[in-house]
Amino acid sequence: MSITTTPPTDHVKLRTTPEGSPRKTRKQSLLDPELTKQALKDALIKLNPVTVAKNPVMFVVWVGSLLTTGYWISEIVGHHGSPLFTGQVSLWLWFTVLFANFAESMAEGRGKAQADTLRKSRTNTVARKLVNGKEEPTAAASLRKDDRVVCEAGDIIPGDGEIIEGIATVDESAITGESAPVIRESGGDRSAVTGGTRVLSDRIIIRITSNPGETFLDRMIALVEGAQRQKTPNEIALSILLAGLTIVFMFAVVTLEPFAVYSVRAAGSGTVPSVTVLTALLVCLIPTTIGGLLSAIGIAGMDRVMQHNVLAMSGKAVEAAGDVNTLLLDKTGTITLGNRQAVEFIALDGISTEELADAAQLSSLADETPEGRSIVVLAKEKYGFRGRELGEEDAEFIPFTAQTRMSGVNIAGTKVRKGAAEAVKRWVIEQNGAISAQLDDITAGIASAGGTPLVVSVDERALGVIHLKDIVKGGMAERFEQMRAMGIKTVMITGDNPLTAQAIAREAGVDDFLAEAKPEDKMALIKREQEGGRLVAMTGDGTNDAPALAQADVGVAMNTGTQAAKEAGNMVDLDSNPTKLIEIVEIGKQLLMTRGALTTFSIANDVAKYFAIIPAMFAATYPQLAALNIMHLTNPHSAILAAVIFNALIIIALIPLALRGVPYKPMSAAAVLRRNMLIYGLGGVLVPFPSIWIIDRLLVLAHLA
Amino acid sequence: MTTNSIEQLGLYCLIIVLLTPVLGKYMARVFRGDRTLLSPILAPVENAVYRICGIDADSEMSWQVYAVALLVFSIVGMLVTYVLLRLQGFLPLNPQHFSGAQISPDLAFNTSASFTTNTNWQAYVPEQTVSYFSNMVALAIHNWMSAASGIAVAIALVRGLTRHSAKAIGNIWVDMVRATLYVLLPICLVYAMFLVQQGVPQNFAPYVHAHTLDGRVQTIAQGPVASQEAIKMLGTNGGGFFNANSAHPYENPTPLSNFVQMLSIFLIPAALTSTFGCMAGSPRQGWALFAAMSVMFVTGVIVCTTAEQRGIPAVAACNVMVHPTPGQPGGNMEGKETRFGISDSALFAVITTDASCGAVNSMHDSFTPIGGLVPVSNILSGEVIFGGVGAGLYGMLMFAIIAVFIAGLMVGRTPEYLGKKIERYEVKMAMLAVLVLAASILGFAALAVVLPINAHGYWNSGGNPWTNVNNAGAHGFSEILYAFASATGNNGSAFAGLNANTPFFNLTLGIAMLIGRFLMIIPLLAIAGSMVKKVPVPATSGTFPTDSGTFVVLLLGAVVLVGALTFFPALALGPIAEHLQMIHGKLF
Repeated sequence: MSITTTPPTDHVKLRTTPEGSPRKTRKQSLLDPELTKQALKDALIKLNPVTVAKNPVMFVVWVGSLLTTGYWISEIVGHHGSPLFTGQVSLWLWFTVLFANFAESMAEGRGKAQADTLRKSRTNTVARKLVNGKEEPTAAASLRKDDRVVCEAGDIIPGDGEIIEGIATVDESAITGESAPVIRESGGDRSAVTGGTRVLSDRIIIRITSNPGETFLDRMIALVEGAQRQKTPNEIALSILLAGLTIVFMFAVVTLEPFAVYSVRAAGSGTVPSVTVLTALLVCLIPTTIGGLLSAIGIAGMDRVMQHNVLAMSGKAVEAAGDVNTLLLDKTGTITLGNRQAVEFIALDGISTEELADAAQLSSLADETPEGRSIVVLAKEKYGFRGRELGEEDAEFIPFTAQTRMSGVNIAGTKVRKGAAEAVKRWVIEQNGAISAQLDDITAGIASAGGTPLVVSVDERALGVIHLKDIVKGGMAERFEQMRAMGIKTVMITGDNPLTAQAIAREAGVDDFLAEAKPEDKMALIKREQEGGRLVAMTGDGTNDAPALAQADVGVAMNTGTQAAKEAGNMVDLDSNPTKLIEIVEIGKQLLMTRGALTTFSIANDVAKYFAIIPAMFAATYPQLAALNIMHLTNPHSAILAAVIFNALIIIALIPLALRGVPYKPMSAAAVLRRNMLIYGLGGVLVPFPSIWIIDRLLVLAHLA
Repeated sequence: MTTNSIEQLGLYCLIIVLLTPVLGKYMARVFRGDRTLLSPILAPVENAVYRICGIDADSEMSWQVYAVALLVFSIVGMLVTYVLLRLQGFLPLNPQHFSGAQISPDLAFNTSASFTTNTNWQAYVPEQTVSYFSNMVALAIHNWMSAASGIAVAIALVRGLTRHSAKAIGNIWVDMVRATLYVLLPICLVYAMFLVQQGVPQNFAPYVHAHTLDGRVQTIAQGPVASQEAIKMLGTNGGGFFNANSAHPYENPTPLSNFVQMLSIFLIPAALTSTFGCMAGSPRQGWALFAAMSVMFVTGVIVCTTAEQRGIPAVAACNVMVHPTPGQPGGNMEGKETRFGISDSALFAVITTDASCGAVNSMHDSFTPIGGLVPVSNILSGEVIFGGVGAGLYGMLMFAIIAVFIAGLMVGRTPEYLGKKIERYEVKMAMLAVLVLAASILGFAALAVVLPINAHGYWNSGGNPWTNVNNAGAHGFSEILYAFASATGNNGSAFAGLNANTPFFNLTLGIAMLIGRFLMIIPLLAIAGSMVKKVPVPATSGTFPTDSGTFVVLLLGAVVLVGALTFFPALALGPIAEHLQMIHGKLF
C-alpha cells in the first residue's frame, strides 16, 4: 500500500485545480485586485474613530487630520493663510490613516476571503446523512457528533470527521490553499477530513467528529476575524512602547509652541508655527510606520502559519514559537523515515555474501513489512537477485510472531530463517548448529552503530547478518545545524534503546535524545526544561501525547491525530508533517523580527524629518537655521509637505514587507542583529533623505508648493 | 585639542579604567554581605547601627516596601532640612549670625528638595546665607544619604535583574548603611585629609577680613570646607560650600586637587558598572555599559574642548589671540579660571554634567554655544553617562531595557536582558520614566517662557519669568532650558545667567527635582520587583548578546536617539541657533 507510506508533504498530484474551486492557492500575489478593492473599501470604513482609537498612534494622526482639515476650511472660508498648503497637509494626513487601515485590511482580507468562502460553502451544503443504511438529505449545520454521512465525487464534505469506509481524493484548497488534491482513506493515519473541503473522486462514508460551532471551520473563521482584536503579549508591549514614544513626541511638539513664542519674541522676527505645521511635525515624528503596520504584521504572521497548512489556535502560540529554546522531535516520521531499511549483508567467514543475500531474500519474499521489502530490494539491487515466484514450489512461509521473533520459509526441506539475533541463535542451537563468536561481534557492532541486526540461518547454519538501519531524512542534519545556529536545542524522542538512539542522534545531528521514552518521560523532560526557563515545542498525535502537548509552550498536533491530541495542542498541522515544527519556529521568529525591524526603521526615520521640518519652521525667526536644511529643500512649505508625504507613502511602500515578513535566514542572534541593525537602523536613517528630497522637487515641479 | 587636553583626558580615562574593577568588585562584596578588608573594623559599627535602629538585617523587602521606605526616609529628611534651614538663627555654629530670614520658605523648599534629590542646585549664595551648622547638618546629611540611597536603588535594580525566581530585592536600610559605612565613609576620610593637605580649610572660624592693597576690606569666607568637599564630589552631589563652587581656591586650590576632584566624580558611578557585572556573574555585561558611557563621555570632551579652544570668531576678529601658546591657553577663556585654562575647564564641565554632580570650576554660561551644548546634552541624555552615584547605573539600565526591547525583537525572540524576558510591564515602567523626565524638562521650560506673571508680585518680582535671564535671544532660552534640565536630571549645575531665586523658579525647579528623582526611582524599582520573579532563560547562540560591541552601539543609539528626538527642537532654538548665529557674527 504505497498510499499510506507517501511522505505527508508529497501531495499526490492527480490533476490540476478543479474548475470552480473557490481559491486557487493561498500564496496569492500581494496585490490581488479583488482583495485590494475590498481592502480599500474596508480602509474607508475603518476611519470610524471608534476603530481608529484602538491604535493610539494612528488615533493621534486621525485627530491631527481632523484639526488641520478644520483649519483648512476656516482658511478657505476666511480667505487667509495658505489653503493650498493646509489642504495638502490635511489630505496627506488622512492618507496616512487610510494607508494604515489599508495595510490592516489587506492582511485581514487574505484570511477573511478564505473564511467567507468557507462560510458560504457551509451554509449551502446539504449532507447525505446515513440513517439506518439509507441516505437522508440533511442540512450540514444540523449534523451532530457520530452522525454518518456519505460523500461522492463533487460533494462538499459537510463537517469535520473521520472516514470509516472508502478512499477518495479530496480537494482541500479551501482550507489549506494547496491546489493539489490529497488522498484520504479509512483506517490509516490519513482518515481525517475537514468540513468545507470537496471530494473529487470515489465514495466515502464519514463519521462526523464535531458538533456545530466547534468545527475547524468555525475556529478558523473566529481566528481570522478575531486576529486584530486579540493582541499578543509582545504586540501589547510594543504598543505600549509606541504609545509612550507618541506621548514623548507630543510633549516635544506641544512645548515647541511656547518655545517658538519665546524665540520669535527674542529674535524679533518671524512667526510662531501654525497648528498645521506643528501637527505635521507631530505626525512625522510619532512612529506611524510601525504603528500603522503593527496589526497587519500580526495578522500576516498568522496567515503565513496557515499558508503552511498549520492552524494556530492563537497568535500567542505563534509568537511563542519564535521564542522556543527546545524542540522535542519524535524520531520516527520526523527525523527518520518511518521504517528501517536493509543496508548491508554481512556474511560470516566461509560463507559468500551472495549465499547470504539469496537466503535473506528467500526468507523475506512473503514478508510484507517495509523492512522485509527493503531486504528483497537490497538483494535485487546489490546482487541482482530478481524476485522469484515460489507459488508452484513446495514452499511454506513462516510468519513473524511476537513469540518467535523471526520469520522465514521452509522450502524443499531447507528451513530458512531470519529474525532478531537472539531468537535466530536460539533456533540454530535447537537445530544442533553452532554459534561463532564472529556472529556475536557483528551483531554487537551493528547494534552499537544504531542499527538492528537480523541474523539469517539455513537449517543449522547461521549465514550472516542483515544490517537494518533507520534512514535519517535528507537535509535533517543541515536543519538541525541551523537550529543550533539559532540557539535552539533539538531533542530526539524515541522508544529505542539508548545505544541505538545515540547512534541515530549522532547521525541526524540532534543535540540530545530521550531513549526508551514513555509519555511520562516526555512530560518530565518538558517540565525540566521549563523549570530552567526554556520554552519547549513538540509535536504529537496520540491520546497519550495530550498531556505533554498541553504542557509544552508550543504543541503541534497532527491533523490525523486523535481529538484529544488536537485539543491539547495549540496548533494543528493539517498535513500531519512533524518536521513542520521547524518552519513554525521560523515563522514565529520572522514575526517578531518584522516588528522589531519596522520599529527601528520608523524611529530612525525621524532624524531626516527633523532636518526637513525644523529649519523650515523657523526660517523666518532664525534664518541661520537654514544651515540644518542639509537636503536643500526648496521652501518651508515644500519641505514640510515632503516630510508628511514621505511619512504617508512609506507605509504603503512597506506593506509588502509587513505582509511577507522580513527575509529570514537561520543564523546566530548576534549576526541577525548586526544585519538587521544595518538594514533597518542605518537604512532607516539614510533612506528618507533622498526620498524627501525627490518629493520636494516633484512638489515644486507640480507647483504644489 | 591641545596636547595638554589629550594628555589630561588620556590619564583620566586610564585611572578610571584601572579603578573601576577594583572598587566595583569591592562594592559587589559589600552589597552581597560578604566579608571585606574593612569588615573587622566596620562590622561591629554596622551591627551596632542595626541594633540601635531596630533593623533586622536578614529580612529583605519587596519592591513596594523598598520604595515606600525610600520615599518616607526622603520626605522625613527633606522636612528636617526645611525646618533646620528656617530655624538656623537659633542653632549653634553660626559665627556670621545668619537667620532664617536669609532663607525664605520657597528657597528652603527648593534647597531641601535639591539636597534630598542629590541635585544640589543652589539658588542661594552659601557663604552669605547658611551657617556652618546648616551646611554640616541640614545639607550635608543629604550629601551622604542621597548618595547612599542612589547606590541602594541601583543595587536593588541589579538584584532584580540578576536574582532568580525571588520576591525580595534587598533591605534598603542595610544597603544604605553599607553604602555609607563601607564605601562613602572610608574614601571620604582619606579624601578630606588629602584636600586639607592641598590647602582646603577645615575650621569653624568666623570670616576673615583682609585689607587689600587698594585700601578696601575683603571678606574671606571660612568653614569646614574639606569634609564637605569630599562627599560633594564623591557622592556626585555638587553643592559647593562657596558660591563659586570648585572654581573657588578654597574648594579647589591646586591642579592636583582639581584632577582628583574630577576622578572622584566618576569613581563610584564607573565602579558601579563593574559591580553590576560582578553581580550578574559576567564582568563583560558591566564593561558593555562602561564602554557605552565612555564613548559618549570622550566624544563630549572632544567636542566641548575643541569648541572652547577654537573660541569665538568675532573675538578672534578683534585680533585677540585664540591660539594656545606656552604662556596662555587661548580659546574662549570667558568665565574660566586662568589656573585651569581651557582643558581643565572643559573636561571638568563634561565630567560634572555627565555624572549628575553639578560641581563647576568654570561658568558654563560663558562657554561657546557648542561648548555649552555639550553639558546640556549630557544632562538631557538622562544623566546616564556614568551619571549620579547609583542614578547613572539605574538610568542606563533603563535605556538598556528599552534598547534591548526594540532591537531585541529584530533577532526574532521576545527580548531578554540577562536572560530575563522584557514584557509589557517592564516596557510600561521604562517608558513612564522616559516620559516623566521629558515632560518635566520641556513642560516647565515651556511654562517659564510664556507664563505671564505680574511684576512686583509674590511669584516673580521681576515680572514675567523669561525676563529673569541675563542674556537675550537664543542664549537666554538655553539658560532656562538648562535650569530645568539640570533640576530634572538632578545635576544641580547652573548655566547661570538665570536669576532663579524667586518663588516661581524655586517652586518649579524644586518640583522638577523631586519628579526627576522619585518618578524615575519608583518605576525602576517596579521593574526590579517584576524582573526578580522571572526565571532566566539560559543563554544560547539565539540569545541577544548584551555584552558585545553591537550592544554597545545599540545602547548608544537608544540613548542618543531618544534624547535627540525628544530635545532636538528645543536645542535647535537654543544652543544650535546660537552657534549658527555666532558664525554669522551675532553674539549675546
